[in-house]
Amino acid sequence: MTTAVPPFETFYEANRTEVLRFLGRRLGRQQAEDAFQDTFLRALRAYPRLEHGEHLRAWVLTIASRVVLDDVRKRRPQGELPELGVEDARPAFEELAPLTEGLSASQRAAVVLRYGYDLGYDEIGEALGSTEAAARQAASTGVRRLRKEQP
Amino acid sequence: MTDTISPALDERFRAAAAAEGLLDVAYDLLPDTPVGALLVGVTDHGVCRISFDPQPELELEQLARLFGPRVLRSSQPLERVRRELDEYFSGTRSRFEVEPDVRALPAYNQRVLAELARVEYGRTTTYGTLAAQSGNPRAARAVGTVMNRNPVPIVLPCHRVVGANGSLTGYAGGLDRKEQLLRLEGAIL
Repeated sequence: MTTAVPPFETFYEANRTEVLRFLGRRLGRQQAEDAFQDTFLRALRAYPRLEHGEHLRAWVLTIASRVVLDDVRKRRPQGELPELGVEDARPAFEELAPLTEGLSASQRAAVVLRYGYDLGYDEIGEALGSTEAAARQAASTGVRRLRKEQP
Repeated sequence: MTDTISPALDERFRAAAAAEGLLDVAYDLLPDTPVGALLVGVTDHGVCRISFDPQPELELEQLARLFGPRVLRSSQPLERVRRELDEYFSGTRSRFEVEPDVRALPAYNQRVLAELARVEYGRTTTYGTLAAQSGNPRAARAVGTVMNRNPVPIVLPCHRVVGANGSLTGYAGGLDRKEQLLRLEGAIL
């Protein structure tokens, strides 16, 4: 059974503090406010295409991290940063999901956020509503299981 | 803590979301009107919801189901209907210019509500009359149900529909409010 996509208001209220905190750590208070608006406007544009209401925290943090990358790129145009998908249409979380199908939800999210988005374990822990240690554990178990399944 | 979201930042996002046309429904609470708190929702097509005694959580779920999931509180798109309601309550407005958005309703409900919209300020009609005008004189009870499910009371004046003997009969917002609105309009003393 999957969870229905909640009304945007509910999603926004549940995640706005955490998104702002995440952006603040990455960009500083001033830039974070612009990035905050950008993040939730992107989320709003992509929202009608969501098929279920699961992992929305991880989803919005992937959008936020993309906004951070775009912002850093803008200010450092030589761009030695890794190339990520630039469209919000298919969040990387969902692109990677089929590869990680055998994993539990938290392992899957941890692997994608760590290796797809280069988030720190503390941030992943926050995104998943657990701890840094638990996130590290979930990612490493997840990777170990993937290695076994895809030799 | 420095990373809690400031009201200014919050309002700026809500206004931008509406200005960019990204919302299926913008809604707001009018906390103290003469008939109590109202939740009012608008789409691109007009006013889609006015609720008495709102329970926002339930309302949002319903609005999302009917119009799409991008339901957000945002006061700017509500400005016009808020002003018209203020004027109505202060007795300076006798007809609404905002359009009701009843697209989500069955065709019969839409037909009855279109007839209802023609009942003028300060007048009343009966369920039976409205039924006849909507094509079936014997459908008074069905008309009662349509009134009971009117998604935009006040703007679509279901309070102006009374029983054949003049009794107020019923109102989704409670008979007290029906009486209050009819008194405001001078339809009863």
